[in-house]
Amino acid sequence: MRYSAFEVLKQGLTGNKGWTPAWREPEPKPAYDVIIIGAGGHGLATAYYLAKEHGITNVAVVEKGWLGSGNIGRNTTIIRSNYMLPGNEPFYELSMKLWENLEQDFNYNAMVSQRGILNLCHSDPQRDAFARRGNAMRMAGADAELLDSDAVRKMCPYLDFDNARFPIKGGLLQKRGGTARHDAVAWGYARGADERGVDIIQNCEVVGLQIENGVCTGVDTTRGKISAKKVAVCVAGSSSRVMSMAGMQLPIESHVLQAFVSEGLKPTIPGVITFGAGHFYISQSDKGGLVFGGDIDGYNTYAQRGNLPTVEDVCEGGMAIMPMIGRSRLLRMWGGVMDMSMDGSPFIDKTDIQGLFFNGGWCYGGFKATPASGWCYAHLLATGEPHATADQLLLNRFKRGRMIDEKGVGAQPNLH
Amino acid sequence: MIINHPLLGPRDAAEFVYLGDAALMNRPDASASDAQEAFHDYLYLRTNPAGEMRELWYHEQGDRSWLVVTRNTLTHEITAVEMASDVARAMGRSR
Repeated sequence: MRYSAFEVLKQGLTGNKGWTPAWREPEPKPAYDVIIIGAGGHGLATAYYLAKEHGITNVAVVEKGWLGSGNIGRNTTIIRSNYMLPGNEPFYELSMKLWENLEQDFNYNAMVSQRGILNLCHSDPQRDAFARRGNAMRMAGADAELLDSDAVRKMCPYLDFDNARFPIKGGLLQKRGGTARHDAVAWGYARGADERGVDIIQNCEVVGLQIENGVCTGVDTTRGKISAKKVAVCVAGSSSRVMSMAGMQLPIESHVLQAFVSEGLKPTIPGVITFGAGHFYISQSDKGGLVFGGDIDGYNTYAQRGNLPTVEDVCEGGMAIMPMIGRSRLLRMWGGVMDMSMDGSPFIDKTDIQGLFFNGGWCYGGFKATPASGWCYAHLLATGEPHATADQLLLNRFKRGRMIDEKGVGAQPNLH
Repeated sequence: MIINHPLLGPRDAAEFVYLGDAALMNRPDASASDAQEAFHDYLYLRTNPAGEMRELWYHEQGDRSWLVVTRNTLTHEITAVEMASDVARAMGRSR
């Protein structure tokens, strides 16, 4: 069924009895061309682009829980392409361009809203660094504007411009950045993939990988054995656990990132504002809630909850830069498990095991990457070669000395 | 999280800095023939277990000692805390 304003009107006038389920609930077949492990945003996007761009439809997406139950449902919904390094920026800009046409492409309202993302700077050296980043972004086809403090004041008069430690000297604005409705992204991709014949098999946990003589031939699941020519792991947050079934160690640690939503307030924050120096970023959802977060807790964990010192740190950051939010009350907080990689950048790559592919290491930036991650992973699965914008996101980059370390902090995941 | 420091008693985890897997104490032999490979694995690859894990915490806001904390990464429960220097000596090192 094609969704449209006319369809909404028609269904509204006929008692809404004609709506059909957005996807099927198929039984697993004994064999597929491609099995994708993990029906999160990236896994479903991969299935969608495999079917749509490469015509590979004999595909299953197997999922331990329900589709979209991982980090695609636990993030702060920000989309942006304000990276700097050559291995990263073209990839994220591809993602931004895919976001811009996503809803028309998969015929689903993902509420993509290009309300802008503003990074605040507090000193001359930081402004120089932002100017350099902005130039790097524009070289890769993205948009970037360097603002002085008056321009920031015009946009966000309520910030604490004369903060003693971090006075606001300006900012880097990407107007095309913004937010999207996280769950709808998963649902849209799921519906689009299912429509093209992909089987999305929920409540089907992978408990083993079938590997013989260095070739991966399928997966063992709680619903039986399923064979496949290619197995594509896409389980960020649990990457180390799944890849350990193949005897592989990864350059990844699992960490928890917390996020927070306040009660609904009147519209006040126009876009996304980041206060990196104070470990704080914020936006306002369409329902009015202030959506904010900060840094990861900093210790290895698979528990989807964090601890109070980080809550305090994030809220202190918020109060320092935006004192007006002090009286708003917190409605919800939660944590998601991140694949923190050794250089802060992700992986989309083959492995040494033939037929086994890996996508993970997204750190806290997986949501914005969802379309390009699916696009490039599908390209790799279909052609056997990395996509031109993802040809640096390789597992062996540490061995080759080709780290993509945006922050320049080295192999210490809790600092990225 | 509360870390039960062997010398100072129960301390808030916020006083500590986290380094990672206690396996980082076992630095490879730089003069071995496979040193390049071994250092890549040492520096970049992690076991990253879901469950019990031995890890290094540094008491920066306290006595500046390194601790080996045995903690469950699924529940955050801490079951053992040792002085890293004791662990190193038990492994036959001088410090």
